[in-house]
Amino acid sequence: MGATVAELVRAIETADSKGAMVVAVNQLAAARDVAAIPSLITVLGYNNPGAAVAAVNGLAALGSAAVPALLEQIDGYNYGARAWAIRALALIGDPRALPVLLETARGDFALSVRRAAARGLGTIRWALLPADQAAIAQRDVLEVLTQATADPEWVVRYAAVAGLQTLATDLVNPEEKPLILAFLRRIFEQDETPTVQARARLALDALAAPH
Amino acid sequence: MEQDLQQPINAEGEPLTVEQAIANLRQTADTGLRYYAAWWLGRFRVSEPAAVKALVIALEDESDRAPDGGYPLRRNAARALGKLGDRTVVPALIHCLACDDYYVREAAAQALESLGDPLAIPALRALLRGGVTAAVAVPGKPHLVQPYNAVLEALGTLGATDAVEDIAPFLEHDVAQVQNAATRALYQLTGDATYCDRLVERLQEPNLQLRRSAMMDLGAIGYLPAAEAIAATLAENSLKLIALQGVLESHLRQSNFPNQVLSDEARRVLVLMDELL
Repeated sequence: MGATVAELVRAIETADSKGAMVVAVNQLAAARDVAAIPSLITVLGYNNPGAAVAAVNGLAALGSAAVPALLEQIDGYNYGARAWAIRALALIGDPRALPVLLETARGDFALSVRRAAARGLGTIRWALLPADQAAIAQRDVLEVLTQATADPEWVVRYAAVAGLQTLATDLVNPEEKPLILAFLRRIFEQDETPTVQARARLALDALAAPH
Repeated sequence: MEQDLQQPINAEGEPLTVEQAIANLRQTADTGLRYYAAWWLGRFRVSEPAAVKALVIALEDESDRAPDGGYPLRRNAARALGKLGDRTVVPALIHCLACDDYYVREAAAQALESLGDPLAIPALRALLRGGVTAAVAVPGKPHLVQPYNAVLEALGTLGATDAVEDIAPFLEHDVAQVQNAATRALYQLTGDATYCDRLVERLQEPNLQLRRSAMMDLGAIGYLPAAEAIAATLAENSLKLIALQGVLESHLRQSNFPNQVLSDEARRVLVLMDELL
């Protein structure tokens, strides 16, 4: 313990196996230091899933502080790194990530990335935006999530349902809630995948319960 | 982009129609077109009689041969038929269990499992003949003499309770995936949960492939008490979600969902799945 961020970063750069890399990234993530952000982002592009998971968790733990750097580099990432960065942004829930999450949920070709983006749209921390901006952005999110409930992959539809549930509880304009409930009811009745129907049932039950 | 995922296309990226796909499968001049058409008909679940008939004919194909002597078109046709839900093809698939090509036999066993017709049980059991002693690797090949995983899994799913004695020795087979397949089948055939506990222990294996295999087996048999262990194992979230889907949907069928309310167990699994999105 007591290693500086520079030492922890050096440990990543000199890791001589995939396993050693995972350990080193975990240690850097555990430091919870904003100085670690550039290195954690670099790790996302290493094609080492264990290390990437650790880096994503480290970035997510740093929260909003990691968002500008993640967004700044997002178009320069290789495909795998981009998917991991989306995951980190989805976990952080910072509204500055809305444009990229909306775009990804709408049309990324990898279902696991669409899934993560849909989840992220449902967990945006709306209190960080002024109410008028939040109201406009929520309309976009609602549109994209309802589109995602028609995705060919069940897991993306599942994530969209989960996202719609949390959106319904955070609405700036509560008059949109009946619309969400109607969507959820249709999914409960008509989705071809019982797991997605069950998730819609869970959402409907939760939204009907008094808070 | 979303539309592209659903749009049926041919190998050149052009839109493909059902009629064209069936015609491509029927012609014999271009083996590549036939191979793709067979896959395509399964992928898009084209179950009309003309498609099924063309796929059954493809199970006997002699023209498309792999360098190893295998029958690529037959493999694809068997896989496709497993997805179409038409049990009239069961005798033709049973016939494939005697094909020289290991991969045709494997695809046929998997398709017979999907179709769910117990008529296939005797022919599947016959592939276990000789027991574990006979279940050795083929020299120079990456597989055993028979597709034991697929056969054991099919016997479990098809409810082959008479085959329990044939299956039990495979718990001790050298290959861990074969042990898992036997474990899974024996749980399905006996309802004895101690078999599932063996699979749950496998989720702690250092080897990722073995963890994945145990996880997918637990999902396939829908063993509800394993849900937490599946969610906690070290593997990709995508696979965990598929395994948990299997666990959940087996429970949903038993609890008569959606006609009944969501049980507490179902809610528990959904909460685990939310965390993995």
